[in-house]
Amino acid sequence: MTEKLLETVAVKLLQLAVTELPQDVKDALQRAYREEENPVGKSQLKAILDNIDLAEKTCAPMCQDTGVIIFYVTAGSQIPGLDKVEAALRKATAKATKEIPLRPNAVDPFTQKNTGDNTGRHIPYIHWNIVPGDTLEITVLPKGGGSENVSALGMLSPNQGTNGLKKFVVDTVIKAGAKPCPPTIVGVAVGGGADIAMKLAKEALLKPLDQPNSDPELAKLEQQLRKAANSTGIGPMGLGGKTTVLDVKIDYAHRHPASYPVAVVVQCWAARRASARISSDGKVEYLTHRDA
Amino acid sequence: MTVYRLKTPLSEEEVRKLQVNDTVYLTGTIVTARDAAHRRALEYHKEGKQLPLNFEGLAVFHCGPIVKKEDDGWMVVAAGPTTSARMEPFEDEFIRNFKVRVVVGKGGMGKKTVDAMKRYGAVYGAFTGGAAVLAAKAIKNVKGVDWSDLGMPEAMWILQVEDFGPLTVAIDAHGNNLYETIQIKADTLKPEIYRKLGIQ
Repeated sequence: MTEKLLETVAVKLLQLAVTELPQDVKDALQRAYREEENPVGKSQLKAILDNIDLAEKTCAPMCQDTGVIIFYVTAGSQIPGLDKVEAALRKATAKATKEIPLRPNAVDPFTQKNTGDNTGRHIPYIHWNIVPGDTLEITVLPKGGGSENVSALGMLSPNQGTNGLKKFVVDTVIKAGAKPCPPTIVGVAVGGGADIAMKLAKEALLKPLDQPNSDPELAKLEQQLRKAANSTGIGPMGLGGKTTVLDVKIDYAHRHPASYPVAVVVQCWAARRASARISSDGKVEYLTHRDA
Repeated sequence: MTVYRLKTPLSEEEVRKLQVNDTVYLTGTIVTARDAAHRRALEYHKEGKQLPLNFEGLAVFHCGPIVKKEDDGWMVVAAGPTTSARMEPFEDEFIRNFKVRVVVGKGGMGKKTVDAMKRYGAVYGAFTGGAAVLAAKAIKNVKGVDWSDLGMPEAMWILQVEDFGPLTVAIDAHGNNLYETIQIKADTLKPEIYRKLGIQ
């Protein structure tokens, strides 16, 4: 697996992610459009669907905020050259910024200087997962700022338990209102610690919308919370209607006896993600997009 | 819920006709401005310095576009709205001093802006967040760019648009704020939502 191949695949993933939504997200938005009864909400969903269609046809980024670039890498331990992956992904990010183009979104928090190519300290961020085997799976999550800004962490008391979690999720969705570009996907995680819960909540956004949680109890909780969020009336773009969230996705880690951290990370309707698997012989398979 | 097709420059009378939930398609000139451009415009005004253009009757667009340099000028690739709340500290002064008639963005604005819109005659037109290619399609020409030292997203892009929309009138010039109405309703629904989730 050469650095060049990695770079080419990563650029392709970025391009796929920002120009074309995975089918499960498109299906969920189309369903929301069919079911929406509020005329303003319906007009918003129509604009969203028209925009998705135009972006695909013209191969243009569907949203001007192409986000902060985050990679999730699941690497087989037998692959040689894993030390080259980070450099290849950084290079790919800078290249994609120029070629696609992506909006330069990496700003030094002290000098306010924009690096201009979406790379900077810890950015793009790479999450590593080492597994047995000889394949490399790369997922890119371009994460927009508007939805990120409504993320919330609640260090709840363990005696509040699941009810505390439910209340925190509903309150976060209502407080966010129009800001995260609803209909959103809400990633929720409980346990671990502040950082672990936030990490898991964001990673939950990568789960396909057409696959229910493998844990039946969590699947039930996801459905309950989806219904609750959709009874707020906030609706598409916060202009009123019955689809405020497309889905709620829940994950968890075991917790400290004294802690009950609940993390909520919100993804806008432009729930962009793309994945590919590279085999040791250099064969590339795109997992989220057809005909890539 | 009336649909209007309007041309800039807009008069105060024209925008006072608009009501919350109406739909507007704009043709004419809109100018992008985010936090930094708002701040600088107000500083210039305070210091008596000339602005790059006269905003009277135009629309200001909360947007940091992706723009591509081409041989014969600029091409807007993607230009959806950004979160308007960030411009809340500046917008009332901006409306008062420069007489913009339409503020285009997403997510709505606060009381100071709502009051200024009522007082001076302006509306807030919500453009579907993220619908950046739809917006770019309605942008026919980049008439100019100023303050490019602020960076591509923050610069002031002067855009010629045709049937730019749909814009939902979410704050009108009569003090009505659709976002606030929806937020208040959601807050009053909270106890019922908690109850259905089995929370006291």
